[in-house]
Amino acid sequence: MTDLAFVRSDLVDAKPPPHRTSGAWAWAQKNLFATPLDTLLTVLGILFLLWVVPPIYNFFIGHAVGPNGTVEECRMETAGACWAYISSEMEFFIYGFYDIPEHWRPNIVFALGALLFIPLLMPKVPFKRTNAVLFLFVYPIVSYYLLAGGVFGLKPMPTEKWGGLLVTLIISVVGITLSFPIGIVLALGRQSKMPVIKTLCIGFIELVRAVPLISVLFMASIMLPLFMPQGMTIDKLLRALVGVTLFTSAYMAEVVRGGLQAIPRGQYEAGASLGLGYWQRMYFIILPQALKHVIPGIVNSFIALFKDTSLVYIVGMKDLLEAVKTKNDTALEWQSANTATTGYLFAAMVFWVFCFGMSRYSIFMERRLNTGYKR
Amino acid sequence: MSQVSETTVDRPVNTSHMQVSSTNVAIEVIGMHKWYADFHVLRDINLKVMEGERIVIAGPSGSGKSTLIRCINRLEEHQEGQIIVNGTELTADLKRIDEVRREVGMVFQHFNLFPHLTILQNLTLAPIWVRGIPKAEAEDTAMHYLERVKIPEQALKFPGQLSGGQQQRVAIARSLCMQPRIMLFDEPTSALDPEMVKEVLEVMISLAEDGMTMICVTHEMGFARQVANRVIFMDQGQIIEQNEPEAFFSNPQHERTKLFLSQILH
Repeated sequence: MTDLAFVRSDLVDAKPPPHRTSGAWAWAQKNLFATPLDTLLTVLGILFLLWVVPPIYNFFIGHAVGPNGTVEECRMETAGACWAYISSEMEFFIYGFYDIPEHWRPNIVFALGALLFIPLLMPKVPFKRTNAVLFLFVYPIVSYYLLAGGVFGLKPMPTEKWGGLLVTLIISVVGITLSFPIGIVLALGRQSKMPVIKTLCIGFIELVRAVPLISVLFMASIMLPLFMPQGMTIDKLLRALVGVTLFTSAYMAEVVRGGLQAIPRGQYEAGASLGLGYWQRMYFIILPQALKHVIPGIVNSFIALFKDTSLVYIVGMKDLLEAVKTKNDTALEWQSANTATTGYLFAAMVFWVFCFGMSRYSIFMERRLNTGYKR
Repeated sequence: MSQVSETTVDRPVNTSHMQVSSTNVAIEVIGMHKWYADFHVLRDINLKVMEGERIVIAGPSGSGKSTLIRCINRLEEHQEGQIIVNGTELTADLKRIDEVRREVGMVFQHFNLFPHLTILQNLTLAPIWVRGIPKAEAEDTAMHYLERVKIPEQALKFPGQLSGGQQQRVAIARSLCMQPRIMLFDEPTSALDPEMVKEVLEVMISLAEDGMTMICVTHEMGFARQVANRVIFMDQGQIIEQNEPEAFFSNPQHERTKLFLSQILH
């Protein structure tokens, strides 16, 4: 027997990993004070926070005038944010010029929306199909008649009067639910083997995507009426909806195309070899995987759409931001050094809450849809 | 070229159902040509496969073996000649293509399971939506075939949780759930670790024992010897030689065949 030969006589059992040093001090040593440079950066970082945080805190909370404050307090030299202004004008920020006695109508729409939409987002709640049908087909019709009125003795309420958060939410929810399927169809069309469909889809995507949303909205408000019979007008809100939806669809199509391209050809072939038709292949095999790959991109587009709703002031709609701006400019009784700033901060915070919510939800979905097949 | 091995299965192969007595033609390929752009991949292919035949196609890589069987269920389009499967000629008619695909199962080198669906869902998708079989019944059939490929306990897992050999057995079961009349195998063991080749070959042999019509592109010459009733050798897009396995291996005629066999059989 040579020295090279070796036969293991007994196998080594698995044992627990070695102890890790733990505790706050160990963590700080490793992450904050590992080297002299780290220590220096840590100290600088703390100084920076000391410099920045107190003024921010004072403006938002410390010296701010609370929701029950008065305009006199807001006008004081030392005053911070004027939250009293926000709470006093809240109704305008939410409903715009919608008649005050009729505010119960948008309230029902908000409540119904939450009631139908939130369970739809929760994977564990049953009756998804019924829920989706109610939300996608019944809810819009009910909401429209409830908001616009003119039926069942409801006072007619032209869309010119709608405003604030109501309009922001209507445009983003409608835009999101319509642009998603349209975007998917455009992406599939772009990959089609039929030259006419392919050309049309490419043409639409490349045209709309290469134009600023503002000009799409301009077109929607100036060009659309030109195609209509004389005397017929198209509702401003509808113009905004069409413009935003088409614009986002084009972006969505490109995001979805990215996902489609990530699916190996074998998946198409396996579906085909089992006799599944084109739409079955897409619906059951390709799209579930492709869309999962591009959730971050899809949500990116949704977030962009949500923020872009503030451009509908172009066609004369008063969305949340425009409502805030209008009040900032016209509410003379609330004029003070910080009134306008507080108004814009409020709008920013509302936008942030919705966008952050979308972002967190997308991360939740990504985790949930991960079936552990990443290799 | 992927490795060539001679894995054989130790048990005796039951040949009682393997006599090809049928006079029904399963597949007929007549004067078929195919080009990829300017490249002439398949040249004048003529092939007649009877029901119950088990054919192994061998040949160097790039010889067109895979392309040939992919033409049989129209994953690839041929430009000249005719391909007739179960009496249906393959043309651009999508309806006919789906008709043929329903009756022709295919197993791929890389399994191509649907990673977002469980094993059971992988097996029941096509029976439910293509054949219109009720879900409960489709699941019963699926479990039957999973037992047949010896992994019923994996039914609720996702493909990513299975080994390569298990995935390929699931892929075979998925094809069988459609109860096809013909099975095509495109290098089913080439992507597997050597330890797993045998479990897949076992399943294929048991299929052959049941009299399934099979066309296998494979480098498993042991399998060819044990199971095939005909071996076809291809090179440069053409069928160079075909014969019964014994004669093919012991007495190859064409120079190219001799060279190929001398390289893979030591």
